[in-house]
Amino acid sequence: MTSASTPSRAPSLGRPPLLLLLPGSLGAALLVVPLVALVLDTPWSDLGTQLADPAVRDALWLSALTSALTVGLCVLLGTPLAWLLARVEFPGRRLLRGLVAVPLVLPPVVAGVALVAALGRNGLVGAPLLAATGWTIPYTTAAVVLAHTFVSLPFFVLSVEGALRTAGERFDVVAATLGADRWTTFRRVTLPSALPGLAAGCVLAWARSLGEFGATITFAGNFPGTTQTMPSLIYTTLQADPAAARTLSMLLLVVSIGVLVGLRRRWLGTP
Amino acid sequence: MRSPDGVVSTPARRWRSSLLDHHQGPARRWRSSLLDHHQGPAHRVVVALAIVGTLALSGCGGEDDEQTLTVLAAASLTETFTALAEEFEAEHTGVTVRLAFDSSATLAQQALEGAPADVLATADERTMDLAREALATEPRTFASNSLVLVAPTDGRTEVDGFDDVASGRASYVACVPTAPCGALWVALAADQQVDAQPVSLEVDVKAVLAKVVADEADAGVVYATDAVSAGPAVATLAIPGADAFTTTYPAAVLDQAREPGLAEEFVELLLSEIGRDVLDAAGFALP
Repeated sequence: MTSASTPSRAPSLGRPPLLLLLPGSLGAALLVVPLVALVLDTPWSDLGTQLADPAVRDALWLSALTSALTVGLCVLLGTPLAWLLARVEFPGRRLLRGLVAVPLVLPPVVAGVALVAALGRNGLVGAPLLAATGWTIPYTTAAVVLAHTFVSLPFFVLSVEGALRTAGERFDVVAATLGADRWTTFRRVTLPSALPGLAAGCVLAWARSLGEFGATITFAGNFPGTTQTMPSLIYTTLQADPAAARTLSMLLLVVSIGVLVGLRRRWLGTP
Repeated sequence: MRSPDGVVSTPARRWRSSLLDHHQGPARRWRSSLLDHHQGPAHRVVVALAIVGTLALSGCGGEDDEQTLTVLAAASLTETFTALAEEFEAEHTGVTVRLAFDSSATLAQQALEGAPADVLATADERTMDLAREALATEPRTFASNSLVLVAPTDGRTEVDGFDDVASGRASYVACVPTAPCGALWVALAADQQVDAQPVSLEVDVKAVLAKVVADEADAGVVYATDAVSAGPAVATLAIPGADAFTTTYPAAVLDQAREPGLAEEFVELLLSEIGRDVLDAAGFALP
C-alpha cells in the first residue's frame, strides 16, 4: 500500500528544484561539517583523564547547577512577564516587548558590561545594595545565574508569550464567565494551554545558559568551583592545550545533546 | 585587546580581513569582471585585458611601489609597537607596517600555521618556542617585564601594600595560569607563600586591569607596563620578590616573511637606542 501511494504522489509535486536543493544542502553541510570535524578531531582516549580532573568536574557540575537554576528563575520570572505581555493591556507594552527582546541581539560581552554597570559594586543597583546589606554580586555563583538568566530570559518569554497568544483568550473568557477569578483562570486554564510553549522555552533557556560565555566571564569572572563554567574552562584551556579543549568541547556537546534528546522524548512527545 | 567572547581583537580582525583581501584580491577582481562581462565578444577582450592586467600587477606587486611589513605582537606590546611602527614608517618611505595584537599563544599558533607575516614578538619564551618551526632567525630578547600590584586610586577598599592582598584583607584578580602573566603569578605567589586566592582568573592581563580600573576588585596583578599605561586611574604597589620572576620578550623573523630584509631591520629597531627609549618609557626593563 505504501509503495503504491508514494509514487502516485511524487509526480504531482515533481523533483525538488536545484535552486532550492543546492543552497539547502550547502546550509546543512555548513552546520554539520564542523561538528563532524570536531568529533573526528577529538582525542577520545583523553576523555577519561579529563573526567577525572577536578577542575573539569567542578566546571561540569557548576554548568549543570547554574543552567538548572537559570531555567527555574526563567519559569518564575518569565512566565508572569510573558502573561503580562500577552494578556494585559498597559501603556508601554509594545516598548516593553521590544526591550525584552534586546538581549537576543546584544553581544554577550555587552550584556556582561551592562550587568556590571547595574549590579557591580559601583553599579546602579549594586552600590546601594552593598551599602545596605554588605553583599557584592560579582565573582559569585549567583552572578553566574544572573548573567545566564539575563541572556536566557528573552528566549523563554518570547516562547511562552507566543504560546499564550496562539492559545488565544477564548478559554480565559469562558472561565471568567463561569466565575473563575483571574488567578484561578491563569492557574487552571491559561497555563496548561501554554505548557508546550513553556517546555520549549525551558529547553531554549537551558541550552542558552549552558553555552553562555561572554556575559559570564565579563560579569561573574572565572574561578574554578565558583564561577568557572564549562565554556569558560574550554576557553581557558584552549590557550594552553587546544587538544584538551577539543575533548572538553565534545564532553559539553555530548552532555547537551543527550539531555536534549531525553527531553524531546519525555516532554515534547516527538521522536 | 581581546574580548572575553573569544573573539579576536579588532586590530587583529582588521588585519585578517585585509590579509584576505591581499590574498584573494586579484582573483576576486578577476572573477567579478568575468561575471560582469560574459556576454559578447567586445567584453571578452575586456576580460582578457583584465586577466593580463591582474597578472602583470601580481607579478611586480610590492617591488617598486608599496612594501608592507606585517608584525604579530603580544597584547602587552600594543602601545610601544604602535609607536615603533610609526618610527619605522618614517625611516622607510613607502613601507607600511601592519600590526596584529593578540595573546602570544594565539599568535604563535597562527605563525605556525603559516599566517603571512614577517615578524613575531611574544611575551615569553614558551610561546616563542611553540612557533620555533616557523622561525627564520634566532629569537632575540628585546625587553622584559615583571609583575606589580595595582589598586584603584579611589577604591572602596584602601590597599596600602602587598600585605593587604597576601593576608586576604583585599580581594584581587589575576590572569589564568595558562596566560604568561598568570603563570608568572603562580610562581611568584608560591615563592612569597601567598595563600589568598584571587576572586577571578581573567583571560588576559588587560582584562585584569579593566576589573581594577572599574573598581570591581580591590587589586589586580598586572605587568609593570600595564600599570604605566593605566596612568592615574590606578596606584602601583610593588610585590616583594617580583624582580626574580620576570618574563622576557623575544622577537624573530618568520620563515614565511615576504620582506625578510625589512623584518630584520624591524627587529634591529627594537634593540636600537630609539627602541630602547620607547620600551623604557613604557615601563619595560631592558636586557
